[in-house]
Amino acid sequence: MRHDHLITSKQLSRGDITEVLDHAAEIADDPGAVLEKHAGTLLGLLFFEPSTRTKMSFETAMKRLGGDVVDMGSIESSSVKKGETLADTVRVIEGYADALVLRHPREGAPKMASEYVDVPLVNAGDGAGHHPSQTLLDLYTIRENAGLEDLSVGIMGDLKYGRTVHSLAYALTKFDASQHFISPESLQLPREVVYDLHQNGATVREHGDLESILPTLDVLYVTRIQQERFPDENEYRKVAGEYRIDAGTLEAADDDLTVMHPLPRVDEIAPEVDDTGHAAYFEQAHNGVPVRMALLDLLLGDSDE
Amino acid sequence: MSDDTADHELRISKIRDGTVIDHIRGGQALNVLAILGIDGSRGEEVSVGMNVPSDRLARKDVVKVEGRELSQGEVDVLSLIAPDATINIVREYEVEEKSRVERPEVVEDVLECPNAGCITAADEPVTTRFEVLEDGVRCAYCGAIVREDIAELIRE
Repeated sequence: MRHDHLITSKQLSRGDITEVLDHAAEIADDPGAVLEKHAGTLLGLLFFEPSTRTKMSFETAMKRLGGDVVDMGSIESSSVKKGETLADTVRVIEGYADALVLRHPREGAPKMASEYVDVPLVNAGDGAGHHPSQTLLDLYTIRENAGLEDLSVGIMGDLKYGRTVHSLAYALTKFDASQHFISPESLQLPREVVYDLHQNGATVREHGDLESILPTLDVLYVTRIQQERFPDENEYRKVAGEYRIDAGTLEAADDDLTVMHPLPRVDEIAPEVDDTGHAAYFEQAHNGVPVRMALLDLLLGDSDE
Repeated sequence: MSDDTADHELRISKIRDGTVIDHIRGGQALNVLAILGIDGSRGEEVSVGMNVPSDRLARKDVVKVEGRELSQGEVDVLSLIAPDATINIVREYEVEEKSRVERPEVVEDVLECPNAGCITAADEPVTTRFEVLEDGVRCAYCGAIVREDIAELIRE
């Protein structure tokens, strides 16, 4: 992979993605082969928003490669609280770490930050923008469960603000997947994302409900609809209830349907689905480690050996 | 001299030194003045012709500004809302330079991103940058696309 930073999934070619997924599969098969490969390497964690899975899986990945992390901690206890700019913060932490992982509430923050640093920087989520390392682990999970050829994917829930959705949709165009977007009208894909999908030759098929399209899907990617996106609680409950999956919903699905979710879920997937053969969301979360190990290994290269 | 030039010459007097922006799409003259930051409050001598009959455009606007030559940045932004415009630099009543505007690939430090969540809207040392699309502009940081009312994004 010939990139200094990973800012959006748009920058990744099909070849880049395949390289990361292949390397992740090698690591998953034989984690011992890379156990000390990056001994002495430090990864800087800059999370300006809360995170559990992303942060912990980057930390686990770096440690499993023999390295360690330095963590800015919560913004309440950092100099950000004193009004320091992001541009200054990343330039300071660049001096402590060999690579940086940044999550920030503002869209475009990782791109700006990457213009200030020479070490590799990975976008771990910017507002409603992008989350490309999540996309890589999503694609890895899809490849393991359904393959990436002749794929029909349904993406459901909050498509407007869901950054994992935006990143995944861009990347799926590289594999010519048939994509279906299922959401309430108020949470449809932003026009910027639709524009990019069209630019990449994709057909954007939008649906108000899952029922008609479910039997044709290989993968159903569910995301959380957040209460704060709605003016009142009743409206939220009504809409959220329409986009909830349970064992009954899945009776109409293909036996091989793979159900994914970037987690955390609230109640959009009923716990009874966990015990069906469809559920892949915990596996998906676990895949974050080998995929991020592969990503870090490729970004860090052999320079620190 | 073409017919349409003769036509508007009847309405707007010649200038001695300055810029004539011709072939602006009808109705966009006030946006052009906004781009140039001209509102008349500083005593500039400005003539505006609106919806003048034209051969090339059915109706066009014309702006003449005395004592002002446009910078490249101003021409770049002008190209976004007046892609057919011609710019005539006038010195001593003669047209010294005549050029069509060209749409740049990128405009820097001229527009403000309308997305309040964009990093360029924060208190950071970052210069705004927009990629020019066929029918609008796109923020190079957050990806927001603007197709209408681009003139309203011009930085103060």
